[in-house]
Amino acid sequence: MSAIEEVGSQAPAVEAVPKRAMTLSSGTAFVVVLLLLVVPLFVKNFIIFQMTMLLIYGLAVLALNILTGGSGQFSLGQSAFYAVGAYTSAILMEQYNINYALTLPVAGVVCFGFGFLFGQPALRLSGVYLALATFALATAMPQILKLGFFEHWTGGVQGLVVTKPDAPFGLPMSQDMWLYYFTLAITIAIYIFSVNLLRSRSGRAFMAIRDNEIAASAMGIDVATYKTLAFGVSAGITGVAGGLGAIAVQFVAPDSYTIVLAISLFLGMVVGGVGWLPGSFIGAAFIIFVPNIAEGISKGLSGAVFGVLLFLIIFLVPHGARQVAMVAQQLLSKVRKT
Amino acid sequence: MTQAQLARSSDPLLAVRDVNVVFGGIVALAGVSFDMHQGQILGLIGPNGAGKTTLFNCLSRLYQPSAGDILMEGRSILSRPPHRIAEIGIGRTFQNVALFPNLSVLDNVRVGTHARTSSDIISDSLRLAWVRRSESAVNTKVQEILAYLDLESVAHRTVSGLPFGTQKRVELARALAADPKILLLDEPAGGLNHEEVYVLGDLIRRIRDDRKITVLLVEHHMGLVMSIADHVVALNFGRKLAEGTPAQVQADPDVIKAYLGSKDQ
Repeated sequence: MSAIEEVGSQAPAVEAVPKRAMTLSSGTAFVVVLLLLVVPLFVKNFIIFQMTMLLIYGLAVLALNILTGGSGQFSLGQSAFYAVGAYTSAILMEQYNINYALTLPVAGVVCFGFGFLFGQPALRLSGVYLALATFALATAMPQILKLGFFEHWTGGVQGLVVTKPDAPFGLPMSQDMWLYYFTLAITIAIYIFSVNLLRSRSGRAFMAIRDNEIAASAMGIDVATYKTLAFGVSAGITGVAGGLGAIAVQFVAPDSYTIVLAISLFLGMVVGGVGWLPGSFIGAAFIIFVPNIAEGISKGLSGAVFGVLLFLIIFLVPHGARQVAMVAQQLLSKVRKT
Repeated sequence: MTQAQLARSSDPLLAVRDVNVVFGGIVALAGVSFDMHQGQILGLIGPNGAGKTTLFNCLSRLYQPSAGDILMEGRSILSRPPHRIAEIGIGRTFQNVALFPNLSVLDNVRVGTHARTSSDIISDSLRLAWVRRSESAVNTKVQEILAYLDLESVAHRTVSGLPFGTQKRVELARALAADPKILLLDEPAGGLNHEEVYVLGDLIRRIRDDRKITVLLVEHHMGLVMSIADHVVALNFGRKLAEGTPAQVQADPDVIKAYLGSKDQ
């Protein structure tokens, strides 16, 4: 008991991400899921579409969080994996008439393989150098997608139009609403799998490598394998998100997946709190809504307003939403005590 | 170079055979040989730069000897990569404590069981029944070790905030979680005060007696080595100076000269 009190009396150790603090308590999780289930019933289709995009970007940020927060590897190349996932789904749906739901696991597996392979050369790099190598991948991807050689499948510069699926079994809901619930189910499943993974032997291996590679190796952890696995898992989840994104937006084109997307996802991770999985969705909300808010404040200077908002966040809460959540939790426990 | 071998009747658990290590022309170890037997506490001593840490790093496969061999239970370990040393029963601690600072004490010790368990990312993500069984076995074992080393009260604390002495015990706990046959301790007394060194000596002996673990102690602290080691190997300038019981080594004129300097210096 005394140990728990000691922890409570300490200043919040924001640098450390204990594993238990990586997730939400069951009560909070229940409320969040309930809200996500109920809210779409009362809002317009456009808002539902935005919520779908929030979940999709949330998944992509979550994937980056597993890579960076979990295994300690940086990536500015997530847009490349997202693009591969999006194109995989779009090509399978439009060129081969495969059911949209079946294209997602394919997108995941293809991207896992791609990420795993990319992780091999990346093993020799760390920190900013790894970030630069992944940056190169993100820069190259739109041009690769435009190549004449692939044009037969990718549609070249024009991209591909994707048909939005109807609700199955004659369910009385709009296409947008069906897609939202479909995305929500996948998001919850992937979230649970991710939490399981990070709490498991493999997850501990990731975090051990993040904290001290030599010690991890002395404990029997094959550093190279786990680092590439982390890349694979991260790319796989990003690929599923990309596939869902293609279906939701109904369109894939090379210039949707530029380095700007990769930087947005990185930004989402930092704003949400590196290593805090629920923060991924808060970070996703930030990268979707804050640019709009900035535009609302000033049309001509929206970029500058966005920059100021971002600066304020990093200045006031450098550890992002995780820090806000921790402070809130401490206040709440104080209120309960009195 | 095989006197030690002849003197013993049983097969050694770990045998160091004529190990040479050269760093770009500088000889760090030259033909060092000694045996470690089951249940021994072997003290490896020597002044700074004697080659203690170099030898230690050969044993944990961070350095590759240019000649010679290291045999664990009769088999060479030199073809194994560093991450496949724990599984043959060689555990280690680090000179200045190398824990996973952002993980809790519990998780640090759980990582120690990595070499003794198996899993794959798909089973782990789905938390399959066999993964749950394996995790609960890990937890039982980790709890036992935490209790053994009196770390239960800090089990959920993040390691980075703990006092140095406690971190050293966490590192020991992590090494024990891999069920080592041999425990390599790299200067465990470094940074500890007189009282703590005394407690540590007791603990190392207890670990050997209770858990039947053979210990290689690389240490500067003469008092500690001389009080707990059964057998001492002294190195200087990469060569073995002397070997024998603590009393024999302490009385060896070469060892005295290495530590205190000769008259004509």
